[in-house]
Amino acid sequence: MTAPRRRGGAAGAVQDREPVLEVEDLRVSFATFDGVAEVLNGVSLEVRPGQRVGLVGESGCGKSVTMRAIMGILPERAARIRGRLRFEGRDLLTMSRAQRQALKGNAMSMVFQDPMTSLNPVFRIGEQLSDIVRWADRRRGEHRTGNARRARILEVLEQVRLPDPARILDAYPLQLSGGMRQRVLIAMALLNRPRFLIADEPGTALDVTTQDEILRLLNDLVRDERLALLMITHNLGVVREMTDHVYVMYAGNVVEEGTTAEIFAAPAHPYTRALFACVPKLSGGRAFAGIDGTLPDYTQPPDGCRFHPRCPHAGERCLTLPPAFAIGGSHRSACWLHEGEGGAA
Amino acid sequence: MSQVGIGLSSARAEESARRRAWRRSWYRFRRNPAAVVGLAMVALVVLAALAAPLLAPSPQSAGTYVNFAERHQPPSLHHLFGTDNVGRDVFSRVLYGYRVSLLLVVFVLGLSVPFGVLLGLLAGYYGGWVETVIMRVTDIFLAIPALVMALAITAALTPSLLNAMIAISLLWWNWHTRLIYTTVSSLRNEDYVEAAKLAGAGDAHILFREILPNCVSVISVKVTLDAGFVILIGAGLSFLGLGARPPTPDLGTMVASGANYLPEDWWESVLPGLGILFAILGFNLLGDGLRDLLDVEVS
Amino acid sequence: MTPEPILQVRDLRKLFPVRRGLFQRVVGHVRAIDGVGFEVQRGEIFGLAGESGSGKSTLARIVVGLSTPTSGSIRFGGEEVATLRGTRAFRRRVQMVFQNPGSSLNPRRSIQQTLQVPLHFSGLEPARWDQRAAELLEMVELPAAFRSKYPFELSGGQKQRVAIARALAVGPELLVLDEPTSALDVSVQAKVIELLVRIRNELNLSYLFISHDLSLMRNFTSRLAVMYLGKLSEVGFTGDVFTAPKHPYTQGLISSVPVVSAEEAALKPVVERIRGEIPSPTNVPPGCSFHTRCPQCFEPCREADPTFRGAGFEHAVRCHLYPEGDGA
Repeated sequence: MTAPRRRGGAAGAVQDREPVLEVEDLRVSFATFDGVAEVLNGVSLEVRPGQRVGLVGESGCGKSVTMRAIMGILPERAARIRGRLRFEGRDLLTMSRAQRQALKGNAMSMVFQDPMTSLNPVFRIGEQLSDIVRWADRRRGEHRTGNARRARILEVLEQVRLPDPARILDAYPLQLSGGMRQRVLIAMALLNRPRFLIADEPGTALDVTTQDEILRLLNDLVRDERLALLMITHNLGVVREMTDHVYVMYAGNVVEEGTTAEIFAAPAHPYTRALFACVPKLSGGRAFAGIDGTLPDYTQPPDGCRFHPRCPHAGERCLTLPPAFAIGGSHRSACWLHEGEGGAA
Repeated sequence: MSQVGIGLSSARAEESARRRAWRRSWYRFRRNPAAVVGLAMVALVVLAALAAPLLAPSPQSAGTYVNFAERHQPPSLHHLFGTDNVGRDVFSRVLYGYRVSLLLVVFVLGLSVPFGVLLGLLAGYYGGWVETVIMRVTDIFLAIPALVMALAITAALTPSLLNAMIAISLLWWNWHTRLIYTTVSSLRNEDYVEAAKLAGAGDAHILFREILPNCVSVISVKVTLDAGFVILIGAGLSFLGLGARPPTPDLGTMVASGANYLPEDWWESVLPGLGILFAILGFNLLGDGLRDLLDVEVS
Repeated sequence: MTPEPILQVRDLRKLFPVRRGLFQRVVGHVRAIDGVGFEVQRGEIFGLAGESGSGKSTLARIVVGLSTPTSGSIRFGGEEVATLRGTRAFRRRVQMVFQNPGSSLNPRRSIQQTLQVPLHFSGLEPARWDQRAAELLEMVELPAAFRSKYPFELSGGQKQRVAIARALAVGPELLVLDEPTSALDVSVQAKVIELLVRIRNELNLSYLFISHDLSLMRNFTSRLAVMYLGKLSEVGFTGDVFTAPKHPYTQGLISSVPVVSAEEAALKPVVERIRGEIPSPTNVPPGCSFHTRCPQCFEPCREADPTFRGAGFEHAVRCHLYPEGDGA
């Protein structure tokens, strides 16, 4: 999973566009009490304009760390980052702090997870949104009048389908419902016309009916604004309905990737298959398999494939980290079981 | 799950739970340089107090010793802090003075903290009229300025160290009551308290075995900061002549009597004053980092 | 085997007063539970599905006796809970597993100490505590050595197992499980559910399983009830409710669930989406409480609160769309 690929196929034109975000062999480690935790062990992924990419994995797999590394919000003191992170061709890791800051909240934006805690309860919505616009302007060296800011804010609030946006401006966060707050968070992310958006577990803090609406809103916005969307989630159902391309993560590695259709039709990697087996099905018929064992200790990770201690198919070869083997179309699996199916990438 | 998803390996699991918890807390504490300095300072003060007879170059200076030949000597190798108006070694007296300060701390806090915490537990847990009665009485005491009241009480009774300690204790418990009351009010709704009730636990068990252990870090931080304040108030009372009586070496008294000889023989007043500062600063810095040491939860 | 109800809830209500102003005057009530009735048969897993604000957690606490109802009756094994509450006999028969494993174990107490609490207060002699704790841990598939650990050393799944062990310590007959796996990853959830199934079979327990996760309900429960704003909207056998949901709310819920396969997607009812969000329980809409969001709302819905109707309560629904009758 290294060099960018050019591929035709079902995805059509999207695959031919230049990627907005390129992550290549990202490695992140933290200094901790127990030693150095090698959290990300060479993560590679890409997001193209108009493409909805899912990064799916369970808690502790490193998807949050990946997200923070991309947005540049890792705790600098403790983290060591290696690898390549490119946004629209520019290297994020070598650019100056000021340049990186200019991207944050502007071209690269994020929708936070929890609408309850991400909004400051003592300030009105209008003030918080206005601040965001002002700071972004300042970073770009521009200036707008208060009225121009207000116009932009109202425009975005309408875009996220909030009823009566003018009233929302004067409201405090606690006066809004959970669904409305989530829409405000999405509005915050869109204010400065980003080209790339990360959605962190969107809707998990909401009821399933509200979550459904929010996800469809996000879908429409991505399509209308031709955004590149990276969605972080642990919910496979959401991935199926909301993404075109998926990366499955386990313990700091991408273990499987492909189009959503490919992965859901035939999950290949043992971890992915086990994960699918654990999801309760609406069709009934109880499938409570579970996966034996626990996540590895990142300060003493297993050699080679980090899943092998829990894998029913583990063997000698697994002590060496497998590369991603192509298994048809854009579908790749980092497992020795799939060696030779389509040739190593 | 921790932010970086650190799991448990079997090798680590063998080390006993308690020891790991302590090592981890110590690790976090160590990263707070102010707190480490504070701990060192407090350790020195405690050491000085405990081992004063051994450490003091001139133990007799703590008593009724006089040596007019060596009056008003400035600080030197022979007398680290110089000598006072009757020739006693100031350094030795400061060391012994710490005994008085710490005795005050132990007495006052030893009385007022358990009392205040108990009242806070009861008020926070039971609510209703218990809470009303306790908290209104607490409010009344809180409204009285401690130092002024201590002055009044010791002036009314015969000024002595013991009376000063009693006076300060009478006004100290209310702060702890209020603090614990607010802490317990939120803790009593925790799931593990409900689970204990479901398991049949009585009130006594819940108060002292479930809730109180979760107040320990709050109490400890407050007690450490209190120590500094108690020393300060005690020194203040002594300075005004309402605390320890001569010849008991007391830092506040030394500052007062040494003040007569300012500014030429500055060391007789200033150095005991710095001794007070050293002790208070140490406790304050320590209190800062103590929460890290005591909080068992991993972030 | 004739079904024997272990838990009978009749017309349960729980109102919380809302106080405003300087003198804390009561200005209204939160109708957290507003006339709920159902039965759990001995040995079955009965599900209570609902979203936030439905009142299901309040109901859970009332069933185990942590809270008292404003009116209505709860009978456990034939006896009123109101009289049983707080007694040791009752505690031994009904226990609860809480939602958040992080907060249901006292962070300052070791696992041994936490497990000892129910043992202590149910009269077991201290000499036997250590051994019994080891047995309990074994029952939930944790090593006995975990006794000396503290909660912060355990993962979410492990903590939840300890919580289950604690609930089992007194040998209850009914376990109330309040969203026991909501905070867990799906692979961990699968193992915990597997454990719960095994324990139920081995110990002949009955479960009242509360969750907002419908897919989990589908697989784990034999009968279920759907709750909305303090009232039950539909009750029936799980298979029936999912294959032929009657209430528009149930239909909307099921169709909103994100599924992982096309087969499942085909099973979802094709209905118009539910509008808006759940109203605040202080402001329950008049008539049928769901009518403000219901895509099939018509005249009677705004005026009258529907009664339960349907096949002798085997698959009952509280909705004007269905003819009255077929049930008391």
